[in-house]
Amino acid sequence: MSNEGVIYRISGPVVTATGMKAAMYDVVRVGEEGLMGEVIELHGDKAVIQVYEDTSGIRPGEPVLNTQETLSVSLGPGLLTQIYDGIQRPLPTLEEEMGVFITRGVDADAFDLEKIWTFEPQVAVGDEVVAGQVIGHVQETETIVHKIMVPPTVGGVVKSIESGDFNVTQTVCVLEDGTELQMMQKWPVRTPRPFQQKYAPETPLITGMRILDFLFPLAKGGAAGIPGPFGSGKTVTQQSLAKYSDAQLVVYIGCGERGNEMTEVLDEFPHLIDPNTGKPLMERTVMIANTSNMPVAAREASVYTGITIAEYFRDMGYDVALMADSTSRWAEAMREISSRLEEMPGEEGYPAYLSSRIAEFYERAGRVETLNGDDGSVTVIGAVSPPGGDISEPVSQGTLRIVKVFWGLDAGLARQRHFPAINWLNSYSLYPQSLDQWFRDNISQDFPEVRTQISGLLQIESELQEIVQLVGSDALPTDQQLTLEVARMIREFFLQQNGFHDVDAYCDIHLQYQMAKAILSFQDAAKSAMASGAVLNDVVNVPARSDLMRGRFEKGYIDNIADMVKKMTDEIADTVEEN
Amino acid sequence: MTGKEYRTITDVKGPLVFLNKTEPVAFGEIVTLRLSNGTIKNGQVLDTSDDLVIVQVFEGTSKIDREAGVTFMGDVFKLPVSTDLIGRILDGAGRPRDGGPEIVAEEKADIIGAAINPYSRQSPNDFIQTGVSAIDLCTSLVRGQKLPIFSASGLPHNDIALQIARQAKLKDSDEEFIVVFCAMGITAEEYNFFRSDLERTGALENAVLFVNLADDPAVERIITPRLALTAAEYLAFEKDYHVLVIYTDMTNYCDALRQIGAAREEVPGRRGYPGYMYTDLAMLYERAGIIKNKKGSITQFPILTMPGDDITHPIPDLSGYITEGQIVISRELHQQGIYPPINVLPSLSRLMGSCIGEETTREDHKSVSDQMYAAYAQGRELRGLVAIVGEDALNERDKQLLTFSGVFEDKFLRQTRDEDRSIEETLDLCWTLLSSIDTKYLVRLDQKWIDKYHPDNRA
Repeated sequence: MSNEGVIYRISGPVVTATGMKAAMYDVVRVGEEGLMGEVIELHGDKAVIQVYEDTSGIRPGEPVLNTQETLSVSLGPGLLTQIYDGIQRPLPTLEEEMGVFITRGVDADAFDLEKIWTFEPQVAVGDEVVAGQVIGHVQETETIVHKIMVPPTVGGVVKSIESGDFNVTQTVCVLEDGTELQMMQKWPVRTPRPFQQKYAPETPLITGMRILDFLFPLAKGGAAGIPGPFGSGKTVTQQSLAKYSDAQLVVYIGCGERGNEMTEVLDEFPHLIDPNTGKPLMERTVMIANTSNMPVAAREASVYTGITIAEYFRDMGYDVALMADSTSRWAEAMREISSRLEEMPGEEGYPAYLSSRIAEFYERAGRVETLNGDDGSVTVIGAVSPPGGDISEPVSQGTLRIVKVFWGLDAGLARQRHFPAINWLNSYSLYPQSLDQWFRDNISQDFPEVRTQISGLLQIESELQEIVQLVGSDALPTDQQLTLEVARMIREFFLQQNGFHDVDAYCDIHLQYQMAKAILSFQDAAKSAMASGAVLNDVVNVPARSDLMRGRFEKGYIDNIADMVKKMTDEIADTVEEN
Repeated sequence: MTGKEYRTITDVKGPLVFLNKTEPVAFGEIVTLRLSNGTIKNGQVLDTSDDLVIVQVFEGTSKIDREAGVTFMGDVFKLPVSTDLIGRILDGAGRPRDGGPEIVAEEKADIIGAAINPYSRQSPNDFIQTGVSAIDLCTSLVRGQKLPIFSASGLPHNDIALQIARQAKLKDSDEEFIVVFCAMGITAEEYNFFRSDLERTGALENAVLFVNLADDPAVERIITPRLALTAAEYLAFEKDYHVLVIYTDMTNYCDALRQIGAAREEVPGRRGYPGYMYTDLAMLYERAGIIKNKKGSITQFPILTMPGDDITHPIPDLSGYITEGQIVISRELHQQGIYPPINVLPSLSRLMGSCIGEETTREDHKSVSDQMYAAYAQGRELRGLVAIVGEDALNERDKQLLTFSGVFEDKFLRQTRDEDRSIEETLDLCWTLLSSIDTKYLVRLDQKWIDKYHPDNRA
């Protein structure tokens, strides 16, 4: 058998070819136009192919050519600031090649192969280099040094090494055994890139969102799931994370989502400043946009393309955060392909291997010792779009079984315009134990205790609310009414955060702690004032308290908050004398 | 490759015809079937292989027998487009329905349409004033947006859609929209209502109608919206028009999709709808937008009726995941006699943030909208409490909010079917209504707007 076969059958994105030598996951070129596809099933002489482009107009009998390669991404300088479709074709190049509508049959390099980069060698002739070792640096953007590494399968003694200006396909290093190394390497997307070992995560990914950092922290190298019905703010949350989290690099996958939303990101990111480095956010970002109406097979591939790029930067020793919005669309792409293959379905028509695919994907997150001994991490944050907001469905359940952080979005909260609409009662994070030491050392010794107090108050509030629903709040004793007031302060002052406000959108973790303490100070001051005869209504309505609460929208809040708290507690103490 | 007629039909099942392999037939190719009684039907290839071709017949398979002749047309489904389309009424398969001549094609466009490259899109940010207060204030519509109406049977969604079509304009501009109206499985009565209203207001001259009625073949509904969107794309992106596409009823479309899925014996997803329904709907909804360096735009206004008023039903659910918000019609408000019965609480416009404010509507729009929403939401919630503990148990703030929720429905939501309120009128009305609440409870209003717009300070 040869590498060339003919099309036997076409059914939507699934094409069957006969007479071709093929192995699983080989990349093939389908039809006269050479559409890109991937072998996903073999039946005797027949190879079943999922095609990454529209198949209308293709006929049986047209040729199929096996490239003998597996679906791979190109890795090298030029990745950053790019926006790709699901199979790593840059969207700007596609626009040049085929206009504003995405047609088919166009092949595009992942980045400019001719662009000249300045290569600074980090090894010398005669040095022994191992797989993954950094042989040179390229200053790719102002903030990111792109480390050129020996590919994971290679190693040896350096015979020659260059220095100066090269493009990514020119040889910059030759090993004694004659292996030539370029700045660009390729890696198959469905295979995790190797590392030495996984560490337990112990540093939090600081996101600047109070409810996340303070109550449900995510570790660098961890995995989080954000399920929520439509309109509950998944995309806004994901975008906030992409903007403000303190990862060094961000890979953002728009998987089967809205076109206008991706456009918004594209318009916005180049103008946004990374609060951690002061440089444009785009310089640390790689984007993958496979919107809902782009070919479904490419959507299936997009998450793998994204995570492979993330792993590549991890191998350089960076902390990478990957957002996948939405993994449900990825799962649906699998379902669609599976049903075209006439596979026996599992739950709700999803393929039986759905949960293992989800698990494999999230398992590619982690904090690792890289091949070169460095420390890098990939944090994965996956949005889930459960039908009707009901998380008993297979994709949510498959995700919850594997992730350690669950940020549950709530339509009810969104409807009350409480944003981020993350439900504080059913969300959880299993990381606090491993992260508490970091919080004690870097923020405050009593950080974990303050967190426990805050979440305890919210818990009590939910119990009291049930009573209030029946009898009204006036029927409660005053100490419980105070608890309700404090909890309301937590909700409105602390948990609510305006993702579109210049100042409030990002809250420093030290400030988060101070704000939480301010709430507890209010509680303490109010309690002691009321013990001395003050009236709850007076205590709650002291002007300094609303000043304190409104202050979070002003710049320099962190410098003033201590004074504001002092003023508030003084005023509360004064309410005693008025009576 | 056209011309050759095959008589190799083996099976006919639901809307599908299976025939033995003939020649290399392209996926998606258009097919004509000539029945023994001379009737011509059209179809499209759904699956093709060396031995078997599956054809989906748009007009239904009634009277097709194994003797029927099948001709493959050698091309995918295309719609002849030209500006002559404007003012015409076509049937669900794109043939004239108004007795007029065939459309003389300036070009023929593939009806499936291609995805717009996200990189080539332009972010929509032109505020469309609909003259309906609830929409303009709380779920502002933007040119290039897709904003569905989630309704249910027996509710006046058609009136609302028509009112919007009539009144929609850019603020401070007389530029009109071309309305592309796409009917899928609606009754003749509903269709007549739409048509006579468009005629009455003279809008028909600036409209293109694609009509598939309830007694037309269900399978044809699969292509009707694609024809409408193809016409819309041509008018918007080739001819620089601003196009407003209204389609009704998406629920009938989805049911037709389910019917074909069942006939193909596909593995069904939720409630029997095909697993690819999300992708299929996205192929329609995502054809809204604005493209860089092109003057025209497509704004979509799909109407769907939620079976059993259930917003978690797959049709509204999947739509909500794709569209940029939703306008939810409430049976409760309708029964109270309020028109338009828009429930602003679950309604949402995702693109609102980019189109309101000082430069486009008014500087206080965001604040006022948040405050109106919050006060109404709290007032509504208190109604439940009052039912248990009585109004006397409420504190002063809660009493004011409770009263406000009634005023909100009666004065703010309620307007007549041809009342066209400008956004300034809407905002001023909001301030008047909000002034019934003590200023200290209006926490979402910036002080500077209170100073400037509150009736107490304006007098």
